[in-house]
Amino acid sequence: MGNNKVLEDEGLIQGIKQLDTNKIQKIVNETISKETGARLQAYIQTCMHCGLCSKACHYYLSHDNDPRYSPVGKVKQTLWKLVQAKGSVSPRDILDMAKIAYTECNLCKRCSMYCPFGIDIAYLLSMVRRICFKLGVAPMYIQDTSHSHAATMNQMWVKDDEWIDSLQWQEDEARDEIPDLRIPLEKEGADILYSVIGPEPKFRTQLIYQAAVIMHVAKVNWTMPATPGWDNSDMAMYLGDYEVMGRLKRLHFETARRLRVKRIVMGECGHAYRSVYDVGNRWLGWKNMPIPVIHAVQFYWELLQEGRLKVAKKFEAPVTIHDPCNIVRGMGLHEMLREVVHAFCENVVEMHPNREHNYCCCAGGGVINCGPPFKMTRVEGNKIKAEQLKATGVKVVIAPCHNCHGGLEDIIHYYNLGMKLKFLGDIIYECMEK
Amino acid sequence: MDKIYGFLIGPGAWIAFSVFILGCICKIGAIILATPKKDRVVLAYFSPKYGFRSLIHWLIPFGTISMQENPLFTLVSFAFHFCVLIVPLFITGHVVLVETFWSVSWWTIPDKLGDILTLIVLLCLAFFWGRRLWVKEVKFVTSWTDFLLLSLVTAPFLFGFIAYHGWIDYKLMLVLHVLSAEILLIAFPFTRLIHMFVGLLTRVYIGSEFGGVRHVKDW
Repeated sequence: MGNNKVLEDEGLIQGIKQLDTNKIQKIVNETISKETGARLQAYIQTCMHCGLCSKACHYYLSHDNDPRYSPVGKVKQTLWKLVQAKGSVSPRDILDMAKIAYTECNLCKRCSMYCPFGIDIAYLLSMVRRICFKLGVAPMYIQDTSHSHAATMNQMWVKDDEWIDSLQWQEDEARDEIPDLRIPLEKEGADILYSVIGPEPKFRTQLIYQAAVIMHVAKVNWTMPATPGWDNSDMAMYLGDYEVMGRLKRLHFETARRLRVKRIVMGECGHAYRSVYDVGNRWLGWKNMPIPVIHAVQFYWELLQEGRLKVAKKFEAPVTIHDPCNIVRGMGLHEMLREVVHAFCENVVEMHPNREHNYCCCAGGGVINCGPPFKMTRVEGNKIKAEQLKATGVKVVIAPCHNCHGGLEDIIHYYNLGMKLKFLGDIIYECMEK
Repeated sequence: MDKIYGFLIGPGAWIAFSVFILGCICKIGAIILATPKKDRVVLAYFSPKYGFRSLIHWLIPFGTISMQENPLFTLVSFAFHFCVLIVPLFITGHVVLVETFWSVSWWTIPDKLGDILTLIVLLCLAFFWGRRLWVKEVKFVTSWTDFLLLSLVTAPFLFGFIAYHGWIDYKLMLVLHVLSAEILLIAFPFTRLIHMFVGLLTRVYIGSEFGGVRHVKDW
């Protein structure tokens, strides 16, 4: 069943063709000895194979408790096998492991909250991805996205002039509504650098429009860069190409430094926050971010607190809140998110479980970026999310994360939930005083 | 038989306890000393406040959502770990043995209570065996090493229980009890039984990450 999907992916099929057991063994052992240490050893020595992490995983719950999808089950089929066999596995084994690590785990870290020893299972599966990447066996789409990062420093092959053009186009559009609105480019010494992810200029351009309107109304001294470094996203992190991840994060921070801004505000994206706050900064050797970066949820909350953003009317239809893993389980923004949603919405219905215990959208962790061959993997792998959404009985879901939108859209469509997705920015733009 | 018993409670015990203590120190020391080499993040983000906050929550029965969702397992797990530490440390036979050799002594639990607690250990172990055999998500990740660990822990309690009640051959059971206990002690540092100590480190680390970096609870 699952294996048929693998055969559709050229990245995996072509990848294993250039492998032999010696090469696999060399790279596996080299990666484990050079890139892992006490943490991996401690996790292997501590896991008692109790299976308590199983019920934490949406893949496991959505596949009628199939143990192959439990977090520890996935580790058994991948990392344990590599460690026990000392890397002596076949190309076919690597293909199966790549499928599990890239497409059947969102690295959402929910399972760590259910493991009695707090084993960081997402870290273990990230190491499997790192090994697969170094072996050249990764789903084609996510590998291509990472190539785009490496070549253009953005996720979607957006050319330098297209980026500027998209911003000016949105500025033009917005000036129909607010004649003196600007999207300031390259403004040195601005308070805030606003950075977004590749898909915003590519196909969610209205989000840049809405952000510009919010910035204008709140009288924010802001700017956007006209150079590469504008994209804060990072699929290289999920691919396991940490070298490219480092280049991306460095350029993003350096762009902010070049423009001498006080801090970076990023659009509504979850994984980009993980990349600047948790993973990329560490790879570059920064314990904390060299320039403060705040997520859109924090930014809107601040504007609301300071009275720079005012509510003109309340959003009437009942809404529910989807807590994105990377900014909630990854940063604890759940209460701020709720305060903003409650300020703008009349009727908020919680889904359960929620906050840091919320189920992942199943698109995160780079899974949606593995492309069409794996669409059904994540849709079928998140039946539990469909049930969770349906149980709220509402028709509007607020999800302040791009990946969550992509994932939830497919789930809503496939399970006929008839729900609409909104970014926080959509609601604010619609209901704020302008 | 007497000769074997004499060896086991003499040199055998010295060997077993030495391997156990030195082995554990070396194993834990190796992990701690290796941490700065490849896992400096662990030290960079280590937070006593959040680390121990997490540890305390996970040491309280039903103190976490994971435990609340698995009430039977939680009950059995806490009963097992409590009894498995209390019985060997405070049962009269052991304390008397230590007193005979070293003239040091401490509190003991009544024999009847010791008997009940041992029975609890054995029932809990039966539960763990059963999970490995019949609960599918546990069975899937179970290998012979897991049965070996269960056997290592089951043997000394089972033989001790039989010996105490005088069923079968008392002397043989006593020898098997001491022998299996010493094997358990010797195996301890080299098997996943070390989770008893290393698990505290992993818990405190993830607690530091969740509390200090992620600003959320991990329970």
